[in-house]
Order: sequence, then C-alpha cells, then structure tokens
Amino acid sequence: MEIKVLFTILISTIFINNYVLYQILGLCPFLGVSKKLDSALGMGLAVIFVMTLASFITYLVYKYILVPYDITYLRTIFFILVIAALVQLVEMIIEKTSPGLYQALGIFLPLITTNCAVLGVAVLNINSGFIDAEMGLLKSVIQGFGGGVGFTLALLLMAGIRERLELAEIPENLKGLPITFIIAGIMALAFLGFSGMKI
Amino acid sequence: MKQYWEELTKGIWKKNPILIIGIGMCPTLAVSTSISNALWMTLAATIVLVCSNILVSMVKSIVPGHIRIPIFITIIAAFVTIVELTLNAFQPAVYQALGIFIPLIVVNCIILGRAEEFANKNGIIFSALDGIGMGLGFGLTLTVLAMIREILGANKLFGLTLIPGMEPSSAMIIAPGAFFTLAFMLCGMNYINSRKKE
Repeated sequence: MEIKVLFTILISTIFINNYVLYQILGLCPFLGVSKKLDSALGMGLAVIFVMTLASFITYLVYKYILVPYDITYLRTIFFILVIAALVQLVEMIIEKTSPGLYQALGIFLPLITTNCAVLGVAVLNINSGFIDAEMGLLKSVIQGFGGGVGFTLALLLMAGIRERLELAEIPENLKGLPITFIIAGIMALAFLGFSGMKI
Repeated sequence: MKQYWEELTKGIWKKNPILIIGIGMCPTLAVSTSISNALWMTLAATIVLVCSNILVSMVKSIVPGHIRIPIFITIIAAFVTIVELTLNAFQPAVYQALGIFIPLIVVNCIILGRAEEFANKNGIIFSALDGIGMGLGFGLTLTVLAMIREILGANKLFGLTLIPGMEPSSAMIIAPGAFFTLAFMLCGMNYINSRKKE
C-alpha cells in the first residue's frame, strides 16, 4: 500500500503537478539555461541532486530543530540558509572528488540557490503535511526527487525545441523571450493532459 | 530633485524589472490569477524590497565583500518572515491565496538583484527610491497581467462578474494562460520600443 502512495507522489510531481509547467516554479533557470541541450542536461542533473538533498535536510531541520524549540516561524530563514550552505558544500565535495562532474555542473551549482523550485519544494513538503505523516522523510525525499526530474524533463524538452528554433524564421518582435513563453504555454497545455490521470 | 525623480520612475518603464530586465518571473506568472492577489503580492514584495534596500545600503560599508550575498539573503529572509507573519495575522485569506509564493519572495531575483546591483553601491535615500520604483514597475506589470487573465479566465474584474452567463476559458487562469499573456505583453513591449527607435 505504501509503495503505491510513494509511486503516486513520484508520478504526480513529475507529470501532473510539474514544477515548471503547472506550478510555475523555477522559471529563471528554465528560461536562462534552455538554449543548449548539453547545458540543460547539466543543470537538470544538478537540480535533481540538490532538490533531493534539500528535501532530506530541510525535513530533518524542521522536525528536529524548529519544531522542538518552537521556532517554526523562522523556517524561511533557516531553509534558505540551509539550501545556500548545502549548495556550497555540494560544490566543494564535487570539486574534490570528481573533477569531471564538476566541469560539467560547476557553473550551474551557484545558480541553484536562487532557484525557487528548491526552496519551493522545501516549503511544499511542510505544507503537504509530510512532517507528521507516516514515512514522512521518504515522502519528502521522493517529492524532491520527482520535482527535480519534472524540472529536468521540462528543461530538456524546451532546450530541444529552442535548438531547432534557431533556424526558424520568427517575427522580429517575438524573438527571444516572447516566443519562449509561447512555447512554454503550449507545453503547459500539453502537460494538462496528464491531469486526468488516475493512479 | 530631478535625479531623485529619475531613480523613482526608471523602474516603471525604462528598467522595468519584468518586461525589460526579465527577472522575477515566477511570482509574476503564478500570482497574477486575480487583481487582488496581484495587488497584495505587489505590496508584500515592495515592502520587502524597500526595507532590504534601505538596510543593505546602511550596512554596506561593514559587510565583508566575499560573504555579502549570504548576508543580503538573510536580511531579505528576515523581512519576508515579518511580512509573512503580518499577513497571516491580519489577512489570513490573502495569506492562503498567495500560498508558498510569500516565502518564495526570498528567492525573487528582483530583490537580491537590486540589493547587489543598486543598494550595495548607493546611499539610503536613492536605495529607498529605487526600491519603490522597482516595486511600482513590478506591480504595474503584475496588475495588467492579472487584469487580462481575470477578465478572460474568470469573467471577473475585482471579483465582480462581468458578463452574466458567459463560460470563461479556464486555461487562462492556470499556467498556460499566464505564459501566453506574458508572451504577448513582451511582444507588445518589443514592438513599442522598436517603433521608438525608428
């Protein structure tokens, strides 16, 4: 039974409640890093990694530090500091242990701190009531991982389309951001098709 | 005097944070489902923006350069928490409607961007004016976007039904409508600016 619940959370964060195309979170990297497929993949992997870890750590911080000391109103400050420190730490560890991966992800890691999908998933985990739920930690981590995968999916689709768009003839005034938003809108319409899905 | 006026008004058109610089998209698109949401979001973001700009410009000389970003984020997060608690206490319905986008003001690029780019280099009064101006630009864009979406998506304006019996297009009130509306607003902005150049 629990497996089914976890699977539902995973599928719904990837497709139905896609962070970019349904909840409109994390648009800055979605628009900024979607010009090339390679860099989109690097950014996506970095976001999956950080979102999964951030869900794990913010859950523990909230449950074992903020709740016992009754300072839950400070969660925004705590979460953003935890995420900033986490991103810094991940950057240092990757740099020391695997220079190849660091080369690929390096420039994207500092950008992730201000990706609102990361702080968003931390706050959403609390708002979804995972703190007191059974297997809350696992649910939070899966929601973070699914959110990252959904972000990557949208980012890769967008990068693929934009690479082909380079050669297309676009009206002068639509070039750049406007055409990107129109494509994002069409993609969001397409993703609405998943909202009827029942698991 | 003219300089003060310029700092105040540049955010509205010439350096509009959303339409020209292209930052702060997430709250813009997600919150513009109705005008009242847009106005409350503007108020919240502007208060944070002005307060953090003032504080950053006050402490800029004692903040060590290499750790300034974490310090700025902490300052912003503190003001966001104040706004969040105040809204929750006095306007719980608004707090519910804006949801996670209130805590997410922390990562709104406009606020950190202005702290780093403007308040870190200018005096207190200029920083405050810059904050108000950027807030106005943000709010104006958000309100226009929200007005279009509310009319087309909910058949309402300020919560009042416009045409009785008409079934509005629900796609406008959710994510796709937000993307399309902003796309055409940006396109119109490009058109006006290109006409000006000629």
